[in-house]
Amino acid sequence: MNAIEIRNLNFFYGSYQGLKNINLDIEERKVTAFIGPSGCGKSTLLRSLNRMYDLYPGQKAEGEINFYGENILNSNRDLNLLRSRIGMVFQKPTPFPMSIYENIAFGVALYEKLSRSEMDDRVEWALNKAALWGEVKDKLRQSGLSLSGGQQQRLCIARGVAVKPSVLLLDEPTSALDPISTAKIEELINELKTDYTIVIVTHNMQQAARVSDFTAYMYMGNLIEFGKTDEIFIKPKRKETEDYITGRFG
Amino acid sequence: MPDKHLSSQFDVDLNGLCSKLLEMGGLVELQISNAMRAFTDMSVDICNQVIQSEKLVNDFEIQIDLACTEFIARRQPTARDLRLVMAISKAITNLERAGDEAERVAKRTKRLIESDVKTEINVAEIKLSGQMAISLLRRSLDAFARLDTMAAVEVVQEDRQIDEEFRAFVRKLVSYMMEDPKTITAGLDMLSIAKAIERIGDHAKNIAEFVIYIAKGSDVRHVPHEDLIREASKKG
Repeated sequence: MNAIEIRNLNFFYGSYQGLKNINLDIEERKVTAFIGPSGCGKSTLLRSLNRMYDLYPGQKAEGEINFYGENILNSNRDLNLLRSRIGMVFQKPTPFPMSIYENIAFGVALYEKLSRSEMDDRVEWALNKAALWGEVKDKLRQSGLSLSGGQQQRLCIARGVAVKPSVLLLDEPTSALDPISTAKIEELINELKTDYTIVIVTHNMQQAARVSDFTAYMYMGNLIEFGKTDEIFIKPKRKETEDYITGRFG
Repeated sequence: MPDKHLSSQFDVDLNGLCSKLLEMGGLVELQISNAMRAFTDMSVDICNQVIQSEKLVNDFEIQIDLACTEFIARRQPTARDLRLVMAISKAITNLERAGDEAERVAKRTKRLIESDVKTEINVAEIKLSGQMAISLLRRSLDAFARLDTMAAVEVVQEDRQIDEEFRAFVRKLVSYMMEDPKTITAGLDMLSIAKAIERIGDHAKNIAEFVIYIAKGSDVRHVPHEDLIREASKKG
C-alpha cells in the first residue's frame, strides 16, 4: 500500500521551477531514498511532503501529494497536525535548548494531554525507539545539547517518533556524523521501518544502497528513474542513472 | 553523458583489472595451444613445459582475485562497474580451470608417450576439437575486451560443436576398446584428454555468458537459446 502518492507535482521558488512534473509513489513501511547531485530537487521534494516550504514566502507547490488519499497541498490543511503525522529530521542535529526529557515531551504536549506517568512512558518509549534510552536514562534532566552529535541526532529522531507520526522524513540525517554514529542511525532506520514509512535524502549513495528499499534518482528538478534499490544499483534502466551512481557524472 | 569516471584512478584501476584478465587469458590460450601441440607431436618436452607453466596461471588467479577484492573495498563499484568486477572474478576462475585442463592434456599425453603403447586409435576429433577450443577461448576473450554481446552469442552456440565432437569421439573410442582390449589403457588417457578439451569449450562459453551479463545486466546462464539471443541483442 502507498502511504504517499505524488502526482504532477511542480514546485516554484518564485519564478524558478525547482521540481518538474514529479510522479512518484511512496510505499508504506518501506524506506525510500532520494539521490542526485546538489540542486537536483531531492530536498525540495522531501520538504514538499510535509509542506515545510510554507514557512517561506514565495515558494509554492502545484499538483497533488496524496497522503493516504488526501491531498496535503489543499490550502485548508492544518499544517501543525500534518507535520505531526509526517515528521522531519534535519541534516544538523537540532535539539531544543532544554533537557533530554523536555526535548521529547515538548512536542508530545502540543498534541496530546498525557498524565505525568503517561508522559514518562512515552519519553522512555520514544528514546527506546531511537536506540538512545540505554545511554541517557540516568541523565534525562541534563541538557540535550550535552549529548554527542550522534546522540543529538538520535534524540531528534526520538523527538520525531514521540508524536507517533506515520511518515518520517530524513534530510541527510548522517552527513554531520562520524561513521559509528552513522552506522547506529542506519541500524535505527532499519528498525523503524517496521512501524514507519521513511523517506531519506542522502548524498551518500552507498548509504542509499544500504538502507533503502526504493531509490529515486533526480536531476535538475526531474525524476529520472525510480525503482527497487537493488535494481537501481545493479542494473539501472537509464544511462543517466548509471552514469551518476557509477561516478561518471560531469 | 561522459563514460570517463570522475576519478581517473578509478578508471586506471578498473582498466588494470581488465588488462590483467586478458593477460591471464593469453597465457591460458598459450598453455592450451602448447598442450595440443604436445599431443599432436607427442613431445615430452612440450608436455613438461605446459606442466611447469601451470603455476603461472594459478598465480595470476590469486593476484587478480586480490585486486578485485581491493577494488570493491576501496571503490564500492555499482551497476555496470560492479557487474564487470564480479564477472572478472568469475572469469578468472574459468580461466584457471581451463589452465588445469591444459595441464591435464599435457600429463595424459606424457603418460601416453611414456607407456609406449602403439594404438591405431584415430584422434582426428581430438585434434579438431582442440583447435576449436583454442579459437573459442580467444573469441570469448575478444568479446570480453570489446563487450561484444553478439560475438559472445556465437561462442555459446559454437561450444555445442565441441560437445558434439566429444560425443563422436567417445562413441568411436568405445568401439576401439571393445574390439581390442589392449587399447583400453591408452583409450582412457585419450578419453581424459578429449574430456579436458570439451571442458575448455565450456569455460570459454561461461566467459562469453559473462560478457552479456556485464553489457546487458542479464544473467543468461542456464537460459534457453532464444532468450540468450534476445538478451544479447537488447538495447542499453
